[in-house]
Amino acid sequence: MLTSINHDIATSFSRRRWLAAAAGLVLGLTGFTGAKAADDTIKVGVLHSLSGTMAISETTLKDTILFLIDEQNKKGGVLGKKLEAVVVDPASNWPLFAEKARELITKDKVAVVFGCWTSVSRKSVLPVFKELNSILFYPVQYEGEESERNVFYTGAAPNQQAIPAVDYLMKEEKVKRWVLAGTDYVYPRTTNKILEAYLKSKGVAQDDIMINYTPFGHSDWQTIVADIKKFGSAGKKTAVVSTINGDANVPFYKELGNQGIKATDIPVVAFSVGEEELAGLDTKPLVGHLAAWNYFESIKTPANEKFIKEWQAYTKNPKRTTNDPMEAHVIGFNMWVKAVEKVKSTDPDKVIDALPGTEAPNLTGGVSKMLPNHHITKPVFIGEIKADGQFNVVYKTKDLVPGDAWSKELDGSKDLIGDWVGKKCGNYNVKTNKCLGSGS
Amino acid sequence: MLACLRAFALSLLLVAFAGPCLAGPFEDAVAKLANDDFSDTEEAIGTIASSGNPLAYPIIGALKDERLFADGETKKVFIKQDDGKVIDAATGAAIDSLPDSASAVSLNNRLRRTVDAALGGLTLLSPDLATRLAAAQSVFKSHEEAVLPTVEGALAKETNRTAKTALGEARAAILLFKSDASEVDKLEAVATIKARGDQEAMAMLSDVGGDQPVAVAKAAAAGVASIQSTLAIWSTVQNAWYGLSLGSVLLLAAIGLAITFGVMGVINMAHGEMVMLGAYTTFVVQEVIRTRYPGMFDYSLVIAVPLAFLVSGAVGILIERSIIRFLYGRPLETLLATWGLSLVLQQAVRTLFGPTNREVGNPSWMSGAFELGHMTITYNRLWILCFTLAVFVILLAMLRFTSLGLQMRAVTQNRRMAASMGIATSRVDALTFGLGSGIAGIAGVALSQIDNVSPNLGQSYIIDSFMVVVFGGVGNLWGTLVGAFTLGIANKFLEPVAGAVLGKIAILVLIILFIQKRPRGLFALKGRAVEA
Repeated sequence: MLTSINHDIATSFSRRRWLAAAAGLVLGLTGFTGAKAADDTIKVGVLHSLSGTMAISETTLKDTILFLIDEQNKKGGVLGKKLEAVVVDPASNWPLFAEKARELITKDKVAVVFGCWTSVSRKSVLPVFKELNSILFYPVQYEGEESERNVFYTGAAPNQQAIPAVDYLMKEEKVKRWVLAGTDYVYPRTTNKILEAYLKSKGVAQDDIMINYTPFGHSDWQTIVADIKKFGSAGKKTAVVSTINGDANVPFYKELGNQGIKATDIPVVAFSVGEEELAGLDTKPLVGHLAAWNYFESIKTPANEKFIKEWQAYTKNPKRTTNDPMEAHVIGFNMWVKAVEKVKSTDPDKVIDALPGTEAPNLTGGVSKMLPNHHITKPVFIGEIKADGQFNVVYKTKDLVPGDAWSKELDGSKDLIGDWVGKKCGNYNVKTNKCLGSGS
Repeated sequence: MLACLRAFALSLLLVAFAGPCLAGPFEDAVAKLANDDFSDTEEAIGTIASSGNPLAYPIIGALKDERLFADGETKKVFIKQDDGKVIDAATGAAIDSLPDSASAVSLNNRLRRTVDAALGGLTLLSPDLATRLAAAQSVFKSHEEAVLPTVEGALAKETNRTAKTALGEARAAILLFKSDASEVDKLEAVATIKARGDQEAMAMLSDVGGDQPVAVAKAAAAGVASIQSTLAIWSTVQNAWYGLSLGSVLLLAAIGLAITFGVMGVINMAHGEMVMLGAYTTFVVQEVIRTRYPGMFDYSLVIAVPLAFLVSGAVGILIERSIIRFLYGRPLETLLATWGLSLVLQQAVRTLFGPTNREVGNPSWMSGAFELGHMTITYNRLWILCFTLAVFVILLAMLRFTSLGLQMRAVTQNRRMAASMGIATSRVDALTFGLGSGIAGIAGVALSQIDNVSPNLGQSYIIDSFMVVVFGGVGNLWGTLVGAFTLGIANKFLEPVAGAVLGKIAILVLIILFIQKRPRGLFALKGRAVEA
């Protein structure tokens, strides 16, 4: 078999090489959306995947930034100039994220970039933002353990999502046994490490914690759901903490529903399931399962109702849902606008220095503030899935929770803080009073 | 029991004659629901459930289904009935429509458990067997002491054997945790629960703590051990079933590829996208049914199967005529061209339907599960297994007994000979490719029931499909069948031991080793076809 293929390569390459070349050209073209700009505008880069596996989540965020720019321009833009979006498509391809980021900063000369979803894409663009000294706003909940001068994290750190959710289950549902189920990559692994340490500090025995990882896009959940059922039959109240990523959630919840695991028996609290993911599901068997976020579409505040109305009008879709990372972009965008107007310049150094301390209202009635560690304060909500695919908020933190760049639960990071105002350092050790610098 | 009945009759009278002017504890409790505060609701449920008022069941049932609405201002509570009519929860009087200020009374999981327990107590005497069974089950779970007299009353009246067992188990569960029950009763309860033998029984017995008499605790521990050993055997059976089920999914995804790649030799990277097109066809069919003929929803899949075959088959023929026929015998370019094509199709669907998942519902006959012994079999998996085997048999019969099948085999085995016998080979090529694609489309209908319907649907199956076809032996449908089930079962026995990630890696390593040893797969074709 091998030899015959080799033979084919030899004869065919000379004859129809154009075909491969043409295919490559077409592929290259589809990802290309360039932008020419006039000088009297401020350019804003949008670095979200519009094709490939992550398009499902990231396309909405691109639309959100376009919507926000549109609104801002209606108000007269920033510093008397109109804002102009430069949209690129990194196509769910991590190295391409770095390339496109470089293109945005050097070729298009954008003042700021809003983008990335997965942690690996953020890690991939980090060196570019450092080298070229630009600003990235990152809107997704993530595993923490990072604080960079050029990045502003508007999504939740683990202490703003995972830990309050576990606290809620312990208090309200009296959960004693824990299944930590996640997709096999950095965010679930780090979050579960933090949660495991936290649960043990609360006196949960090793035997009462089950950790399970599955590959990306896992679709056959029969065994794992049966395992969870078995684990839950030890006579103690059991809950599942799910860091299962996007696409794999639908078959997971379908299997839960079909095997008859109800939220009243074994509740599942998820950190990556929002309104958008539930849109592809029949939610009736899932009523009562939980999600922890800093924003829910169903929260009734004047700001949120106004936002939803304008968003649906902008997208011309009266059913278009909103979600947590969108709200993070709203907050981040408004903070950036305020900081720019404060220093009357889009110069990255000036804006980076002006951002900590900047406040912007969030959509749920509070005012979020950018902290010196480049994370923000956010309220934490726990919602239960309703039959209509929305969430019913059953718990809310009293105050806004400040985001921890470094987890207090892990040995390696409990003494570290990020402080870009006083210490000018992202990983300052408060015990030894030393900045670890970029080497760590 | 008699007192209970008397109270029931009395409250009936009261509701009938005294009606709205009475403000007893029941009415107060109903008004409390309007506060929409979790602890108030919990209290109200308790009062309402034990009130004996005939409206208790409708109210709590409505609360469970989120059909109970309350007006925080006027403290009035309304039930929206299944037929859309609205009644006042306190009086039962009909109301024209819900006031605008009323909103659904919200629940959380703790309350849902309270509601289930209350409903269990209220429906133990229901004339419907299924409702009675569900009620007995929820009493078993909640084991509220207060329900004991009702359970015993129901037990005395019950004639159905299954329901009787369920009620007996519910009674045992209550007695086991009742502090003042005698040791004899408790030991008997342990025996009853042990006889039930499932995971819930095990959970309950493991919950027996040190505050129980020593003999009871000992019996419970012995019960847990015996249930555990029975369940261990069942879990092997369960794994085998999961393996069959996974195998059927693999087979279904690969069976179309077994035609286009296996029989025709075209490395078709766009195979997964044919599956995706089938899934989207199902979505469109369901969308049309939802908006136009909602009563037909249960037939949506039956309608979608032929349509998906036609859609994917037509696209397949189009691809074959416009691209692949120029590339026969050039596997590398075919690979590149079909891979490019798969990206084009994905992006086209993304543009047309949007990047987010589309909701494809399960018809009622594909939802839920049933218990076979001590294992759970979900209906959707069972149907997919049957469906896959049916598709396989039909395909096999078609290749063997129809003239098109004969021509297909002739063309793939010896093209020039077939051509000289008067077979229009290019027409047969197009039809064969169309058939393979069409079957992939049918697979999409089934896969839409267990997976996401998103533009990436096909990608997750393409690798597995190639793996199955190559492992089973290229060009042999039986090989594909055996290959799919072998991989499925191996995967499912590895998964509990090694975990899903390692299990998948182990399978891939095993296949690489196997292919080293037998490059032509499990069932290698022999004879002249091999050289072609």
